[in-house]
Amino acid sequence: MKALQNLFDNLKPNFEKGGKWEKFHTLYEGHRTIAFAPDLITGSKGTQIKDAVDLKRVMITVVIAMIPALLFGIFNVGHQHFLATGMEATFFDKVLIGLISVLPILIVSYAIGLGTEFTFCVIRNHPISEGFLVTGMLIALVMPPNVPLWQVALATIFAVVIGKEVFGGTGMNILNVAMTARAFLYFAYPAQISGDQVWTYLGDKTPVDGFSGATALAVAYTAGVEGEPVTKALAEHNTLIGDGLFSFSNLFIGLIPGSIGETSTLMALIGAVILIGTGVASWKIIVSGFAGAYAMGLILNLFAANEYMAMAPQYHWVMGGLAFGIVFMATDPVSAAQTEAGKWIYGLLIGVLTVIIRVTNPAYPEGIMLAVLFMNVFAPLIDYYVVKANKKRRLQRATV
Amino acid sequence: MSKTVKLKKGFDIKLVGKAEKQLADFQSAKTFAIKPTDFPGMQRPKVTVNEGDTVKAGTPLMFDKALDKVQYVAPVSGEIVEIKRGDKRKLLEIKILADSKISYETFDKFAGSSLQSLSRADAIAQMTKGGVWPHIIQRPFGIVANPDDTPKAIFISAFDTNPLAPDYEFTLQGEENSFQAGIDVLAKLTSGKIHLNINADVQTPAVFAKVNGVEVNKFSGPHPAGNVGIQIHHIDPINKGDIIWTVSPFGVCHIGKLFLEGKYDATKIIAVTGSEASKTGYVKTYLGACVDTLVDGNLKQNHVRVISGNVLTGERINRNGYLGFYANQITIIPEGDYEEFLGWVKPSTTKLSFHKAIGLLSFLNKGKEYVVDTNTHGEERPFVVTGVFEKVLPMDILPTYLFKAIISEDFDEMEELGIYELVEEDVAICEFVDPSKNELQGILRNGIELLMYS
Repeated sequence: MKALQNLFDNLKPNFEKGGKWEKFHTLYEGHRTIAFAPDLITGSKGTQIKDAVDLKRVMITVVIAMIPALLFGIFNVGHQHFLATGMEATFFDKVLIGLISVLPILIVSYAIGLGTEFTFCVIRNHPISEGFLVTGMLIALVMPPNVPLWQVALATIFAVVIGKEVFGGTGMNILNVAMTARAFLYFAYPAQISGDQVWTYLGDKTPVDGFSGATALAVAYTAGVEGEPVTKALAEHNTLIGDGLFSFSNLFIGLIPGSIGETSTLMALIGAVILIGTGVASWKIIVSGFAGAYAMGLILNLFAANEYMAMAPQYHWVMGGLAFGIVFMATDPVSAAQTEAGKWIYGLLIGVLTVIIRVTNPAYPEGIMLAVLFMNVFAPLIDYYVVKANKKRRLQRATV
Repeated sequence: MSKTVKLKKGFDIKLVGKAEKQLADFQSAKTFAIKPTDFPGMQRPKVTVNEGDTVKAGTPLMFDKALDKVQYVAPVSGEIVEIKRGDKRKLLEIKILADSKISYETFDKFAGSSLQSLSRADAIAQMTKGGVWPHIIQRPFGIVANPDDTPKAIFISAFDTNPLAPDYEFTLQGEENSFQAGIDVLAKLTSGKIHLNINADVQTPAVFAKVNGVEVNKFSGPHPAGNVGIQIHHIDPINKGDIIWTVSPFGVCHIGKLFLEGKYDATKIIAVTGSEASKTGYVKTYLGACVDTLVDGNLKQNHVRVISGNVLTGERINRNGYLGFYANQITIIPEGDYEEFLGWVKPSTTKLSFHKAIGLLSFLNKGKEYVVDTNTHGEERPFVVTGVFEKVLPMDILPTYLFKAIISEDFDEMEELGIYELVEEDVAICEFVDPSKNELQGILRNGIELLMYS
């Protein structure tokens, strides 16, 4: 390691004031602090020791929590590919196809995102922040496997610049950066991120006759409109490629078409266990998010104006990206509510809104994206009232 | 009504190097100093002695022009050897070379029982003249109190939950009479109560066991349960316009001794602590002692930091620096100016953390004592992680919002969010656990100064 340290030391003069790459000193610091935790010490006043945690470790914890979803996503892209094309395949074939589809998206997301981030850091002369470690992975996981790479690049640039850097960088943004990327694609290039054709990676193969690439949410919505019980419609969907594609257990495990990382509720829950166990994400948001979706499902059951509304609420948990969104998107501490009481309300409303959007809005079969963005915007308002209540308690105390 | 308060929030920082409960044989210090920088809020210190003057213990050395009644006096008798100034002639230290036998200025002497009939004016006159007044700290702001104010209550925390904190049972042994006398004097100063807050979890030290004239409250829980600011919040919180005074137990004894003995006796037992001290223990010295005799020859290695006070609220001093006025201990820990390969992700059982993020395993072993150095373990960042400060600050306060209000200099918000209830030591634990490595104590002091001076 001494050699690497020496390499950095040799490069250092170039980045110091007066050096030829002075402008890029923030990049130098950024890379050096990734290789080596810095040799900074506490000041002469203030705490003389500091906790061993730092933001890099917090962020890498989130990345690790997403790895089950990523690995499963890679497998599932391959799995769906062979289901759709009707070919027999081994586990390794599936993983290989998955890698061919997913890796380029992941690489583009990270490379373009970090490039944008570095450019901004150099221009604005602020330190490279570790936030994109998480964002880069999230963006890849919420993309459909068929998305064109240039769209991934464009969405990433849009999200990093408009979603984050214009507000002042990490910690200052209002909207979740990864959701901003997805929403950008959704509204700018709807053909490539909605409908029935984008969720299954086909490559140059053609699907079997009569194959439908529709997601469970789309099937459920159509069933609602046509007055057919949703569970029946799900059970009967795509039976030509095998029974029970949309059975509850399959939905839960995530062997269904969808965005790369969002299909598996199980993997999202494993991520949730890591995030809650390490204390990195707020369990309040996760619990209240699932509770909100369930409660809203129950309320809709009472009205049951159509078959979709009458669907058992637990199906909302396993369909679409609800679990992934609640676990990894809603819990982003910067864009979520920041007060403890606010987190309950924020999570609950995300769950509620997701189900409302799913059931009532024909244009958006998936509600979690808009629900998270919507609540991102409202989180400061929730906090405002929680903070106000705190101030009020303090004032009332004075008169006693 | 005395109260029992159980606190759950907080974090005990367990470090290697607790002081052994015995008087260790260190050479006594030769020089002593009084440092204006120990007193936040001191604006224009004026020195009243010259280099070469001889002083007695209790002779005034300086005062603050903004609060000129209050004298800061010599802890020992001897010769003024140096008046040290820094940039722009800022006064840093007044150093005294101590006599081998201390001689004292004389003040009025009272028998314990006659303190009851002492008038408030006489009490204040003797305290301000006799050098013990700076023990009285005003909340809000954490500054030396103004003798013209009357506080609504006086608070004394009878236990210290800071890392490696000395045990009052040991440092105040045999001080029962002076503590009671101090309480009797303090009783003249407030229209309200004197609250003595003891630790519910351990046996009360003898010095606090039979005190008259105080309201005893019990607190239990992890650090910062022993911080007087936390205790005030739960007993008699500070609102805008309120004034509360706080005194440390040593300060109370010191005040008591001035009245009982008629002299400024600055004797103090302090603790020598920290993982890098070969020999830990207690040592009897005077306020403002030079630490060189405690440090020289007492180090396990040479690359260390000497701290006047504890690791959360103390201050880095030189190896021949001086103990702060309020410091009850010195702490010696390793310096941390090294790079660590992939240190931000490597799993570790030897790094202390409040958190449980990947690789931080100290939560598995709650009882273990850690060697912690001065490395920051990361660079400063904007606030990102939320809800952490709330887990370690047992007050109904929203620290992140308060810090943001201070950074944006929003006066109304600062007041409404409770800045009057806090001083640096209360948020020190937040500063320790902060993943974004902000200097929260400094930020808070900035906010306090904004409110005080504008």
